[in-house]
Amino acid sequence: MKVLVVADHNNKDLIKSTLNTITAAKKIGPTELLVIGNDCKTVAESASKVSGLEKIYLNDDVGFENFLSENISDFLKDFAEGFSHILFTNNAFGKNIAPRLCALVDAMIVPDVIEILDSTTFKRPIYAGNAIATCKSHSKINILTIRTTSFSETETSDISIEIDMINKNFKNEKSKYIGSDIEKSERPELTSADIVVSGGRGLGSGENFKILEKLADKLGAAMGASRAAVDAGFVPNDWQVGQTGKIVAPNLYIAVGISGAIQHLAGMKDSKVIVAVNKDEEAPIFTVTDYGLVEDLFKAVPEIEKNIN
Amino acid sequence: MKVLVPVKRVVDYNVKVRVKQDQTGVELENVKMSMNPFDEIAIEEALRLKENNVATEVIAISIGSTQVQETIRNALAMGADSGIFVNCEKGLEPLIVAKILASVIKKVNPDLVIMGKQAIDDDMNATGQMLSGLLGWSQATFASKVEVIDKKLKVSREIDDGIEHIEITLPGIVTTDLRLNEPRYASLPNIMKAKKKPIEEINVDTLNVDLNQKLEILKVEEPSKRDAGIIVKSVDELIDKLKNEAKVI
Ligand SMILES: Cc1cc2nc3c(=O)[nH]c(=O)nc-3n(C[C@H](O)[C@H](O)[C@H](O)COP(=O)(O)OP(=O)(O)OC[C@H]3O[C@@H](n4cnc5c(N)ncnc54)[C@H](O)[C@@H]3O)c2cc1C
Repeated sequence: MKVLVVADHNNKDLIKSTLNTITAAKKIGPTELLVIGNDCKTVAESASKVSGLEKIYLNDDVGFENFLSENISDFLKDFAEGFSHILFTNNAFGKNIAPRLCALVDAMIVPDVIEILDSTTFKRPIYAGNAIATCKSHSKINILTIRTTSFSETETSDISIEIDMINKNFKNEKSKYIGSDIEKSERPELTSADIVVSGGRGLGSGENFKILEKLADKLGAAMGASRAAVDAGFVPNDWQVGQTGKIVAPNLYIAVGISGAIQHLAGMKDSKVIVAVNKDEEAPIFTVTDYGLVEDLFKAVPEIEKNIN
Repeated sequence: MKVLVPVKRVVDYNVKVRVKQDQTGVELENVKMSMNPFDEIAIEEALRLKENNVATEVIAISIGSTQVQETIRNALAMGADSGIFVNCEKGLEPLIVAKILASVIKKVNPDLVIMGKQAIDDDMNATGQMLSGLLGWSQATFASKVEVIDKKLKVSREIDDGIEHIEITLPGIVTTDLRLNEPRYASLPNIMKAKKKPIEEINVDTLNVDLNQKLEILKVEEPSKRDAGIIVKSVDELIDKLKNEAKVI
């Protein structure tokens, strides 16, 4: 048994959720980490301090700069041979690459794993989390994506291990990165934040979201949203929480002007404490809240913001 | 340009599913079934390419037992030109579906496959990526915008921290995200017209695909339930509870 975790990073820093995936990997067996990208030695260096890793591989090449699935899966196809398990985080990076790799090595994917029962038996949510399936993998190489909120982060230590350099490059002429629109935010990252303040269609406009953002900043919280708020263009797509957006499980989730459709609940119902502010006492969100406040949000939110300190 | 759109018949997104008592799956008897919402978005995008004179033909394909032909009819009623029904009574999973699609694609030769990023029943988010791996084609997943520029596609993708733009060559695979478009409803005249559109039937046994599932479902259970909470009467009570009872702020 030998487990490989494919690190998610931006060529500078390791994306924190990789640490949750490493925790999952270590439950299966001895774990090694692959850092693949361009000019990303610093990522491998910081990863080399993560506790309990047996080995770190670094494949540094300009062909991997933008993490195109075609290039990374092509490389992994041969590299995968030495492993019984390959784990990715269940995020945009992992979802884009893991299934393509599966096809190349004739394995079936085990996506969005929330529990590891033994080395080939896993639990995963289906139907927007309204059912939990226990599955047994019969693939020669087990390729999994891990739900971040179901596993803790592996700690880092002062001791670092050596980095094995691999120099294999791959170029593909099929797809090309052009650019991205990414808004830098000072707020904590949505999927790992302690507190999330989330807004829905009830906010009515992007401008009105400012009252929520003020509350979020006072609490040091990340901002989230329902699909309806994103579709309406109030807020960016990467704020969407839910079945087809991001999965979060903070200590405190505050849902404002969100009705609580099953697709939304799928993304936040594992939060430790859930609060909702909604003027409709019948809103389904109140079936999952610890504390519900039936009130007009435009009155309640500024008041909460003012009185919290 | 020929566009192929795979469509899946799933439990309608408005249905609150219930787990079967014997834990073998979820209750499907007398449950409303619909086309997977992401596949409706895929059909819509293909139709728009045709309306803009980029695509010449839109073919919808579905795999499964006879009922999936209803889903193909829905696609035809939206405006697809023809359908392919792959008759398969056996249990499917994304890898098998991708292999079946790859096999059909070698006969049909589409230039572009547009498909949903995920089916809302098993929530796998895998078939498109697998298909493009099997065919060695380019892939553009989670698309929120697609533009065709000289035999290439410029695709905007929804990623974890915003939007990414890539360019892919054809043939290629696009998987749809929610913001790509708003699918049309089928009009009554189009529903009538769809009844006359051709659906080709292919028996899966003629495709030479390994139908053994590699991911076995041992059981399906209800998720753990949250305890019912309380309704607070005021903002002050809420803050007090969060501070002194839940201790989260
Ligand atoms: C394929 C598919 C995937 C989906 N994926 C997701 C997903 O990942 N995430 C997601 O969130 N949704 C998803 N959805 C959409 C989901 O079904 C709901 O449509 C959506 O979550 C509704 O958003 P909302 O609660 O903001 O809007 P609404 O349902 O319109 O609710 C607005 C709420 O605001 C309240 N309100 C209005 N004004 C005020 C006020 N002044 N003060 C207080 N309260 C007020 C109303 O009472 C209401 O409860 C998906 C749907 C489909 C079909």
